[in-house]
Amino acid sequence: MSVAATPKRNWTVRTREAGVAALPPEKLLPEGQPTYVDSWIYIFGVATLSALIVIIGSGMILTLKGPAWWHDTGIGHFFNSIHLWAVELFFFTMVVHLWGKYWMAAWRGGRAKVWMTGAITFLIAVPAALTGYVSQQNFDAQWISTQAKDAMNSLGVGAFFNVTNFGQMYSWHILLFPVAVVALVSAHVLLVRRHGVVPPFELSERDTVSRASDASPPPTPPAGGISAGDSVAGGAPGGAPPGGAPNPSDPLGRQGAGS
Amino acid sequence: MTRFTDKTSAWKGPYAPYDLVKELCIALGVITLLAVVLTVLFSSPDDKPSTIASWSTAMPADFVGTAVSELDGTSGTAEYGPPYNNAAEGQHAAFLKPQEWLGVSHPIDTPNAYVFEPLQTIPNDPAVKNAVATYKAAPVKQQKEWSEAYAKALEKATVQPNGTLKVPPGEYGPVPVIMGALLGLAQTGGLEGNLLRSSQFFQTDYTKPLLLMADGKLLEERAEADHLLGDQWGMMNETGSYPGQSWLWLYTFWYQVEPFKESENADILVVLVMTVLSLAFILIPFIPGIRSIPRWIPVHRLIWREHYRASGVG
Repeated sequence: MSVAATPKRNWTVRTREAGVAALPPEKLLPEGQPTYVDSWIYIFGVATLSALIVIIGSGMILTLKGPAWWHDTGIGHFFNSIHLWAVELFFFTMVVHLWGKYWMAAWRGGRAKVWMTGAITFLIAVPAALTGYVSQQNFDAQWISTQAKDAMNSLGVGAFFNVTNFGQMYSWHILLFPVAVVALVSAHVLLVRRHGVVPPFELSERDTVSRASDASPPPTPPAGGISAGDSVAGGAPGGAPPGGAPNPSDPLGRQGAGS
Repeated sequence: MTRFTDKTSAWKGPYAPYDLVKELCIALGVITLLAVVLTVLFSSPDDKPSTIASWSTAMPADFVGTAVSELDGTSGTAEYGPPYNNAAEGQHAAFLKPQEWLGVSHPIDTPNAYVFEPLQTIPNDPAVKNAVATYKAAPVKQQKEWSEAYAKALEKATVQPNGTLKVPPGEYGPVPVIMGALLGLAQTGGLEGNLLRSSQFFQTDYTKPLLLMADGKLLEERAEADHLLGDQWGMMNETGSYPGQSWLWLYTFWYQVEPFKESENADILVVLVMTVLSLAFILIPFIPGIRSIPRWIPVHRLIWREHYRASGVG
């Protein structure tokens, strides 16, 4: 199909062009990683993502049969147990992932948004889990809801977020919080792909090039400068060499794509 | 000693082949397998909920004592304040009074909600109707004397074979008739259904029955047995020996120490502390000192040891 003349103000075209410019396919799904991505700690990011997928999958199965199913049948209890353990694995892997990224100072080189989306995901996951706990329809839910109400009420939040209202909590748990978590995780992963995995603290200049232009340009250091390693902005995203020049060190012959 | 000259600029070093999609698929398989293995080995807890019927049957004196406190306005719910009533201002921290500011959004008038309205559903019982009328017509001071005397007498109450309570004789006015009827209604499950009643046929709001049960001792006793109380780090625990919301450990921690432990405003103070800490957590990249710790304590030398070794600087 041919389109005669696409107006320059076509929103769809502009959105597509902006998307591709920010995250070209070879950067979104690269076939190589910098050689420093070589530690068991890197497993925990993808493990967290996997646990989230298992949570959503088991949650969807539980949703298909309704909130009381898991109390009444063995198969329902089985899937509820998977849901529970996936949540435990999710938080465990996410906490290890966060600690790992902290010790890497993974916000360096213009990656502050990567850290922030990860941190907010953790914070949003907490009430996402809480609403699950108070939706269990068992003694645990009774106790947790009657205790949690005091913290909510003390902040005034209880006026519109009533943890003793099963219907409201169940809705938050199966729709609003999952949407928020998935959106945040999606943004986090896309930001990682855009900026690449943070490089190691360099002990010499040998493997680095000077700061290149970035979508978030580095601030001009004040007199006295920013302490090396403290910068939160700047650096070429995704490890791409300036100007997209071929990366001579890349065994795949790519233009410094991805991470 | 090697001096840091990190500028976190673009990586110009070598790349190695990597298959992200394959990695995700393998990780998904491993995590799924782990979840299944944990499920097969440990299942998950599902302690049956308490009901008002089971509570009033197992602990009739506690149920009636709680009901009396709802009647005379001395229960936890009756004296709570917003969002249930205006009996108190609620918690505050300095000039911050969000509980008061947001007001009463889920009104619960405990004498009516928990006693009078449920009793109206009992048909053809003139004795109960007369007792309620007598109580309502009495001066507040008289009402209080009756309910206080009856609450005190409940300490010596004995449970009869039919599940009713027998208290020593005294000046209780119409309170024994009212409470006897309410106990019977509760033991048959009628009170539970009544408290769930709304203007709609379908309902999902358990606020009223849960608050009534929380005013009694049953939930607390069960929680204590399962180490779920606040001073048992209960918010991060789970029934039985299962891991609970362990990610709430820091939130729970504050409740174990002063000045939060004994404060009447513990909840808002702890939440405010956690709010500040959460903001700091998000903003770590911008906080001088905190963001530099990873450079000062070289855990990264362990993480990237292969890189540093290959670079000849490890």
